[in-house]
Amino acid sequence: MRVPDDVPVSAPAVPSSSDLSGYARQVRGSYRMLLRRRLGILVVIAVCIVASVVLDFCLGPSGLSVGALIHTLLHPHDVSAGQSVIVWQIRLPYALMAVCVGAALGLAGAEMQTVLANPLASPFTLGVSAAAAFGASLAIILQWRLPGVPDAWVVSADAFVFAIGSVLLLDMVSRRRNAGTGTVVLFGIALVFAFHALVSLLQFVANEDALQDLVFWTMGSLTRATWPKLGLLAVACVVVAPLSFRAAWKLTVLRMGEERAASLGVDVPRVRRGALLRVSILSALAVSFVGTIGFVGLVAPHIARRLLGEDHRFYLPGSMFVGALVMSLSSVAARNIMPGVVIPTGIVTALVGIPFFLAIVLRRQGLS
Amino acid sequence: MMDGLFAEHVTVRYGRRTVLDDLTAGPFPAGKVSALLGPNGSGKSTLLRAMAGLGEAAGRVMLGPDELSRMSLAQRTRRCLYLPQTLPATVHLQVLESLLAAQNATGVMPGGMGGDEIDAALRMLDIFGIADLAMRYMDELSGGQRQLVGLAQALGRHPDALLLDEPLSALDLHHQFAVMEVLRRETERRNIVTVMVLHDLNIAVRMTDYDVILREGKIIAAGPPCDVITSDTLRQTYDIVARVETCSRGLPHIMVDGLAPVSH
Repeated sequence: MRVPDDVPVSAPAVPSSSDLSGYARQVRGSYRMLLRRRLGILVVIAVCIVASVVLDFCLGPSGLSVGALIHTLLHPHDVSAGQSVIVWQIRLPYALMAVCVGAALGLAGAEMQTVLANPLASPFTLGVSAAAAFGASLAIILQWRLPGVPDAWVVSADAFVFAIGSVLLLDMVSRRRNAGTGTVVLFGIALVFAFHALVSLLQFVANEDALQDLVFWTMGSLTRATWPKLGLLAVACVVVAPLSFRAAWKLTVLRMGEERAASLGVDVPRVRRGALLRVSILSALAVSFVGTIGFVGLVAPHIARRLLGEDHRFYLPGSMFVGALVMSLSSVAARNIMPGVVIPTGIVTALVGIPFFLAIVLRRQGLS
Repeated sequence: MMDGLFAEHVTVRYGRRTVLDDLTAGPFPAGKVSALLGPNGSGKSTLLRAMAGLGEAAGRVMLGPDELSRMSLAQRTRRCLYLPQTLPATVHLQVLESLLAAQNATGVMPGGMGGDEIDAALRMLDIFGIADLAMRYMDELSGGQRQLVGLAQALGRHPDALLLDEPLSALDLHHQFAVMEVLRRETERRNIVTVMVLHDLNIAVRMTDYDVILREGKIIAAGPPCDVITSDTLRQTYDIVARVETCSRGLPHIMVDGLAPVSH
């Protein structure tokens, strides 16, 4: 049935093809500019990371000059054993661990927020950190250990087992039919409370020394960085990140709504499972090595989203870079706020990250 | 070229509840706009989703000679696209990017940087009169604008069958008619099957070619709008007393007098 011509119905006028092609040229140009600007932002953050690592490496309580540090780095055998240990076993792994942990948590948080469609999702808020703390407390207080784990790895191994277990639980809940993203987030929050209660219980029965160890562990500290742990985390990042980036389009579409993504051919349960698996490896490793430093995982994605938008081709690496930068800056601050004292990084991360975070989030809101 | 979209013996259960029981609907003709009508919860969206391959459904769905229900999800959604009733979410993503993402949804990086893709996306936006929104962020747009973006994303995928779940729900009167005109024009030009869930019976009676009325998962009537939308069927499906009158220009118009007395 056709609508007669005299009925006042108007379809949007199609401009003549020359108008549109002129406009298209304009849009193409400005889109290219935008892509270039985003790449520029990524490069700037990367440069900042390098600068921050250098700063982290050079500043510290040992009182060594920059020249001496560089000399030790280039000629480790020419200097005293003490100086070599400071550079090679403390400064360098510490500075690099900050970057790796930040990158891992930044990427994990970004993927988590996308697949769970919740801006509050992060390894910190959904119980991964709390589970790791519980694992660590089992090791520190009850001396529970997995068979065959060397002494230096006991706390990390226990923490890792529980951290990865908590993500698998989240995954199981998300796989249930009719489990909305809200259900998963509430379940994660329940995990946080459950593990906090269990940790408190263990603290209650712990002796004084073990209690002190545990409290210190839960504050999160980069001083636990060792080369093997650093290596393992770096390899995990290098392996996992490209897999995340490959899923960038699917994740971008998923942001527009689960049903919409499915109707565009995205196998949503599969994408979510893959993402949670990546998240579990990265966040569990990071948290089990350095303690409760989950805050970066919440903040970095928000900062990246504001700087780069939600095209996951930029958002995912962006969140990774921002995480690394925030963590590295926190590490610098942790050792230089109070002369001679290294404040646990978990504390500083929150104190450094929050103002940064609020500034960006509130400024955007003011504009829109 | 194509005989249309045909759902045969479709059964859908949500848990223990059977929403569609051995329903056969269609064929929804190619080159024409079809509508699914019926009260809330009558199974309209469920039928659309089942035809698009979303969720579990028993039965066979044919698009012309091809059996959609045997294809993989990625293949199937390329041929037959469902546009959900929910609007695209308010994400911090530019309208243009959202079209590129919809276009590349199942692809891997890189891609989506090409000028051709941008031109095609702009043409789609232009069809719906929103080319000027290309560089705006989705989280700055109104609900109606986002609905138009959703439609542009859908048409931009060039499906052979387009299944739209209440595509006019967030639009003002002008845009409701404008979108219907665009959909009619594109459906005819591309010779595709377009099926939409509609609540506005006057739009259905005047701007669609083939209607199916559902109630409680059963087809009450199917055929050309004038045969399908009658006092009888409206009473049967919506429990209302209504008349189909002819307006001063000779066009059909539905007048609702009130609720029908409860009979069952």
